[in-house]
Amino acid sequence: MTTNDLPASLRAAATPIVIVGHVDHGKSTLIGRLLYDTDSLQDGKLAQIVESSRKRGLAVEWSFLLDSLQIERDQGVTVDSTRIPFHLGGREFVIVDAPGHRQFLRNMITGAADAEAAVLVVDALEGAQEQTRRHAMLLRLIGIRHVIVLLNKSDLLDFDQAKIAQAEIDVRDLLGRLEITVEAFVPASARDGDNIASRSERAPWYTGPTLVEALAAVPAPASRLALDFRMPVQDVYRFDDVRYVAGRIERGVIRAGDRIMIGSQGQQATVAEICRWHAPANPVAGAGESIALRLEPDLVPDRGDLLFPAHETGNALIRAARIRTRLFWLRGEPLRVGESFTLRLATAEHDVTVASIDAVVNLDDLTLSAADEVPPDGFAEITLATSHAILFDPFSPGYSDGRGVLVDRFQRIVGGAPLLGAAELPDGTHAIHPTASKVSAGERRALHGHEGAVFWLTGLPGSGKSTIARAAEAELVAQGLRTTVLDGDTLRAGLCSDLGFSPEDRRENIRRAAHVARILAESGQVVIVALVSPLAEDRAQAAQIIGQGFHEVHVDAALELCEQRDPKGLYAAARAGKIPEFTGVSAPYEAPDAPALRLATEDELNGTVLVFRNFVQGVVTR
Amino acid sequence: MSLASPRVMDDLDQLEAQSIFVLREAYRKLRPLSLLWSLGKDSNVMVWLARKAFMGRVPFPVMHVDTGKKFPEMYAFREEYTKKWNLDLMLGDCPPVEEIDPSLPPAARSAARKTAGLASLIEKHKLRGVIAGIRRDEQATRAKERVFSPRGAGHRWDVRNQPPEFWDQYATPYEDGMHIRVHPLLSWREIDIWRYIERENIPLVDLYFAKNGKRYRSLGDQDITSPIDSNASTLAEVIAELENSKTSERAGRAMDHESEDAFERLRVAGYL
Repeated sequence: MTTNDLPASLRAAATPIVIVGHVDHGKSTLIGRLLYDTDSLQDGKLAQIVESSRKRGLAVEWSFLLDSLQIERDQGVTVDSTRIPFHLGGREFVIVDAPGHRQFLRNMITGAADAEAAVLVVDALEGAQEQTRRHAMLLRLIGIRHVIVLLNKSDLLDFDQAKIAQAEIDVRDLLGRLEITVEAFVPASARDGDNIASRSERAPWYTGPTLVEALAAVPAPASRLALDFRMPVQDVYRFDDVRYVAGRIERGVIRAGDRIMIGSQGQQATVAEICRWHAPANPVAGAGESIALRLEPDLVPDRGDLLFPAHETGNALIRAARIRTRLFWLRGEPLRVGESFTLRLATAEHDVTVASIDAVVNLDDLTLSAADEVPPDGFAEITLATSHAILFDPFSPGYSDGRGVLVDRFQRIVGGAPLLGAAELPDGTHAIHPTASKVSAGERRALHGHEGAVFWLTGLPGSGKSTIARAAEAELVAQGLRTTVLDGDTLRAGLCSDLGFSPEDRRENIRRAAHVARILAESGQVVIVALVSPLAEDRAQAAQIIGQGFHEVHVDAALELCEQRDPKGLYAAARAGKIPEFTGVSAPYEAPDAPALRLATEDELNGTVLVFRNFVQGVVTR
Repeated sequence: MSLASPRVMDDLDQLEAQSIFVLREAYRKLRPLSLLWSLGKDSNVMVWLARKAFMGRVPFPVMHVDTGKKFPEMYAFREEYTKKWNLDLMLGDCPPVEEIDPSLPPAARSAARKTAGLASLIEKHKLRGVIAGIRRDEQATRAKERVFSPRGAGHRWDVRNQPPEFWDQYATPYEDGMHIRVHPLLSWREIDIWRYIERENIPLVDLYFAKNGKRYRSLGDQDITSPIDSNASTLAEVIAELENSKTSERAGRAMDHESEDAFERLRVAGYL
């Protein structure tokens, strides 16, 4: 039966549940089984599954059902999350199917973030695996409040009470370390249907709920009405000379006549009217409603301004310019200290810089350890610095409080950041609060007609780096590309005049050049760096500092040729012992293994410059 | 003193509030913006939700991509409600079928005309946002969609490389030639649409209601849409019918059934 029996005005929204777990632990089989056991299949689907299973000589293979619901046969894996409705008693659920392959983490988050409950499927024989730990970690970070563990394939342990108890202890220990409370451990076989919708006869000792009973017991979402009022301003409209402050109430209740505070400026106003169109007039609105307010006086808040009661009764908002946050990192490249982002928090956007990476989660044993970077798909605790103090409620599972999201300058979502609270400053440190540009990379590109990027020319002294760089610079500028050359000798004449040629000083020289190059590239310039930069490790550091706009170019000339050219007479001086630590003579040169471009300078100069110039143009005007 | 209470939100209230939130995000973040008004039930609900979001008005143009092959009742409906709802209507023409990829099956080829018509409207008005009324429950491929779905140059949908979308934060990447499809009805189901139409009293073309034992469940071009057997001639009867149905809404749309991958090919190339 559907929820027809209830009065229409009280029909509850479907409860989203997400099914997660390691690949091959039986998620798809479970979903097929659940749909069958709850009579939620479309006409003809069961016959299809039975037929395709029979053709392959298998007993009923429930995971074929998902194949027929999704176009994924070409890959044999779930490529994206999808949603499947089913009914249970008087209640509607939506299964969010999330993939088990780690490269699809962002799809899983997309599906799982709205879920009210999660079923973590664990192979009873294999126990928790890498993706089990990864998914459990994610359930914690996105704030899923109710977790049910399905010990699948318990038939492989013959439903033996002692063996299952041991498997349960292992998983319970893992989830305990993540501070996840488990609603139920269900020993089950999704393939055979044991303890899914009906009680298993093979485990008479088990007195806990079946999966379906455990799902039915998941409580409705917690009411947010009793909390203090919060409404982040989404937009301000002026229609027919009336100003509307539009937004969705995230928690609490607002009534006409209430006094509210606007954002961090501390201005107060009274709610003159709660406005809706084509809806029953009601001078009250509660959490979840998208409404518009008229304010008295007629102030004009900004998007992102938080509206909250002038007199708070519950936990006060946190105001901080350094914020501790957890992080799940979704970018393909690692995160490093010093990177700037936009922190989106409800409708607000704040410029933030990663002030420190405090700990990174080791997914083998879920311990925290210090690290310089957060790897792709990694989890961490970091500190964000903002240019001005921001207002927020700390993250709390099941609520929309403190749900920060990091966005890069291309407006791409690169990480989730549940905000924990204000960060303490270590003693004796001087807090810096870098500011980020408000100009996006797209706007700069539109202005310049090309992208900014760094072309890092490395090679032996005398290989022709500066010559190529200067010739290409002239030609690129003639073609309308904004181009700058950072040349080793030029830098050492000014910015780096305090540095010598020891390995430490060379490294510092490269570090400074890389930071300058990055600033120029972010401003939209084409930057050509001409530096011997002999050590692979130092160039890797430059690549780290510059990020994805870094392109390594090897100006590749044989040592004999360079020495023969010796335009500055340096090789001769080095051989005579007058220059210590001279690359190629008395200091090593490590050629790049896989440069983005290799320029062989035995060839005629004009040809080499042309190859380089074409490469640059191809990159920045793609 | 007794204080009034906020109303308890049922499933339709929650869907409505979420759709209003999405429409307001689109209006704030994506300009120029336009809403695709196909004249069908879902896009009428969408216009209605826009009026809810913006206090009774639709503050951006609506587009009708005219294949020239819609039912006469639909053209009459368009005339009437463009005026009644005070809509800024932009019409787009479709190229003749001879100009469309001949390797597509016939009905998909006909449907692809609409894609071409839409693409030229998007280019002509340099649109950054296009609001479309697709729903996850309509079709397996649509189930994979995002609420904000970036389309690259050439309007292509990269189904294998979609941005993450969570906690009501929508990615708005921008490069030349890109636009974002906005899907405020993505979480609605067919029956939600009908219940909402009934609750709000939203006008519809009467082709959706049974005459002589047939009605349309989904409306496309005349030549590629078939009616279903039905005696449901009122909103209440349609809702009752859907509650007992387990067949797909788009069963009457020919291009969904021609070959396994025809619909995905259409969508990757920019079909809704």
